[in-house]
Amino acid sequence: MLGSGYLNPWAGANSTREVSRAISLSRRDFLRTATGAVAGSALFGSMAGRGMALPRSKKAIVVTFGGGARDDETFALDGQENIPHLLHDLMPRATFFSQVVNRGILGHYVATASLATGVYESFNNFAAVPPDFPTVFEYFRKDLKRPASDAWVIAPSNGFNRIGESGHRSYGAGMGAGVILPKRLLAAALPGGGGGGYDHLLRDNYESAVYSPAVGGHELEMQQLAEVLKLSVNDFAAHAKSLASPDELSVYIARQLMRHLAPSLLWITLHDIDIAHSGTFSLYLDGIKRSDRLCGELWSAIENDPEYAGKTTMFILPDFGRDSDISAGGNGFQHHRTGDPVSRTTWMMAMGPGVRQNVVVERPVESTDLVPTLGSLLGFNPHLSTGKPLTEVL
Amino acid sequence: MSPKELTSESFARYPVEGQKLAVSKIALLRNLPLGFVPFVLKEVIAYDWKFPAERKELEQQFSYLESLPGEEMRRQMAVFAQLRLSPALEASDWVDFPGQFLEQLSAQLWATHQMDAFRAASETYMQTVFAKFPQGVPSIPRLGIAVIGQGVVQKRYALFRKLSREGVYFHQVKAKGGLQSIMKTVNARAEAHTVPYGHWYIDGGETAALAGSAVTCVSYQALAPARAMLTEKMRKVYTSANFSAEALRTLLAQIGPQELGMSASGADAVLDRFAISLLTEGSGTQIFSTTFVQWAAREALRRAQPVTLLARYMPRQREKPMNELLLEVQAKPESDPHGSLIDGDMGAYYTWLNQQRLTGADQSSFLVWFEDHGEAVAVGPAFPRGTEERKSVEIHELLARVS
Repeated sequence: MLGSGYLNPWAGANSTREVSRAISLSRRDFLRTATGAVAGSALFGSMAGRGMALPRSKKAIVVTFGGGARDDETFALDGQENIPHLLHDLMPRATFFSQVVNRGILGHYVATASLATGVYESFNNFAAVPPDFPTVFEYFRKDLKRPASDAWVIAPSNGFNRIGESGHRSYGAGMGAGVILPKRLLAAALPGGGGGGYDHLLRDNYESAVYSPAVGGHELEMQQLAEVLKLSVNDFAAHAKSLASPDELSVYIARQLMRHLAPSLLWITLHDIDIAHSGTFSLYLDGIKRSDRLCGELWSAIENDPEYAGKTTMFILPDFGRDSDISAGGNGFQHHRTGDPVSRTTWMMAMGPGVRQNVVVERPVESTDLVPTLGSLLGFNPHLSTGKPLTEVL
Repeated sequence: MSPKELTSESFARYPVEGQKLAVSKIALLRNLPLGFVPFVLKEVIAYDWKFPAERKELEQQFSYLESLPGEEMRRQMAVFAQLRLSPALEASDWVDFPGQFLEQLSAQLWATHQMDAFRAASETYMQTVFAKFPQGVPSIPRLGIAVIGQGVVQKRYALFRKLSREGVYFHQVKAKGGLQSIMKTVNARAEAHTVPYGHWYIDGGETAALAGSAVTCVSYQALAPARAMLTEKMRKVYTSANFSAEALRTLLAQIGPQELGMSASGADAVLDRFAISLLTEGSGTQIFSTTFVQWAAREALRRAQPVTLLARYMPRQREKPMNELLLEVQAKPESDPHGSLIDGDMGAYYTWLNQQRLTGADQSSFLVWFEDHGEAVAVGPAFPRGTEERKSVEIHELLARVS
């Protein structure tokens, strides 16, 4: 009637907290081996590994994987070949949080919204609704009196079209971020609106083949994109034909935004990894490798752009994990339905000016801590967030 | 409607055997909380098409629940009774559509942060039932076999990383006649140990002609007409003016064998229902043959608990990158042997894990072979964990050691 037996390799780790810590220790040990990273507690308070002095105008770029990747395929021994850029290019510059716990709903839209509000949102993952609590974009723009052009979201699917601003009465309409949905733009740019033959490419998400919410929210339409980014519809469609995946399209648009508007707060949600829901392990690995490469490219773009170099902090984190192989109620990497500790525990990487380099923070933190950390970094007050600033990167 | 209001007529739309079972257990069902009883009814409503092992487990659970004194029943059901359900969910037709009820219940449990408590209570309940009714060892030690990588000439991926830690990695397996030897072993076990749905062969292409009549066969290719019909039905719902996710879920939950050109009764009805469940409940099983094989093996092991299972992975269709899709919209599907090898490698590991969840795990054996190549891993009592063997070996010799 209900679930069945349970094989547990985390033998001896008999509570969720202990399992999470076991996962964290596994990551830390691997990172030490692979990169020579040191534990944060050993360096806390010292200047070792500190980057350059903080500049006046700060920017932040957040990259989330809207389709969690497990340790097995990333930071564990078998997974290292899939993340060469994260390990060898970015980790030496980063503070790595090895135990980021998501205690909310494990659906990609609602979880990403929770990351963006700093509160565990509880709306239906498959509903086209705005977050209940103010987003980081609203706090940022209202407190710092920033224009609309200074905060942007690039998101994978229709379901994210409301993520730019909340339904909160003190914030909301007109106070959030512009949202770009690259697949929607591509559909608009393709012959016949993307119908007939392009359905597979333009599918809304991998989690549910049936979701296609009504249009709404503060998303950018094709003509607006052309005006804002000085990019014609034809050029956009032509460039899309040279890219291998929707995530590559998202990063292309991110770079266009950086070049033309140089927003101070840019949020990109990558989604190729979530093809894992189709059950094809090789395509899931391909998604991880692509995300790894794109993260490296984004950091390289930051370092080579005078508007961003030396003043930008980048955060990289999966929204959550995926089910463990050992949870009998799940089917391993394919889904994130069991709510087991592996699916709730993930990691975060932060790098930029003032952030300690090649440091591992082992203490458990929560995914809702991101927004208060951004608040402390950029100077706004996310007063409704339930998270706490991560002092290790401030 | 409350469970206490259940009557014999409540189950009028249940299939014959399920209806009989529900009516015979009505006194118990009335005493179960609404947060639990739909889980029971989801099994009862499908009772007519359950495998023998599933029927036995369901009957054991009924026996367990009926044996509980009143106070113990209240204690066992406490978490389920305390679940906070919305009025709309309580008012839904959970008797005739327990599956839809549970889907909505799951969404509510996540949204109201009750999922962790529910999950813990479910696991405790199952552990208690298993302790009360220890499952006997199978009539013969279980044997699982996975054949992967058909069509791959040169591999570019380190195979068997997980399974080789559990057994012996053979590097010099003589491949000639390998599949025939494997089929011969499966057929021999099926003929020597007759168990209903006890010996399975799942193939990602066509079922090999060598499969014997005592073996339960499921193949991706044989289900091509059903897959096409299902895809068309889904497309119609998806493109209709009244599209909703709920409408599609309802379609998938209610789809029957006749609508997919399969038999509704007779000897194959149980297997046909099983095949439909693979296509309507599995994610990716309609599109990728490797996913189909892995999911079918998982479900066969979980539900039928066979003593022999052979899963053969064939090349799935290639997932085209975005630029190719944009340039070649009408191009025919191609196969991806190398990607399928990687899928099969992980699928074999999952098949072994699922076999190990069954009784007699300490005596079970497992063999995974890179088809037409010299690499294989054997796991079981006869094979030291984490070791390698570089001497030449025939497949039939390996089979003799695992079976």
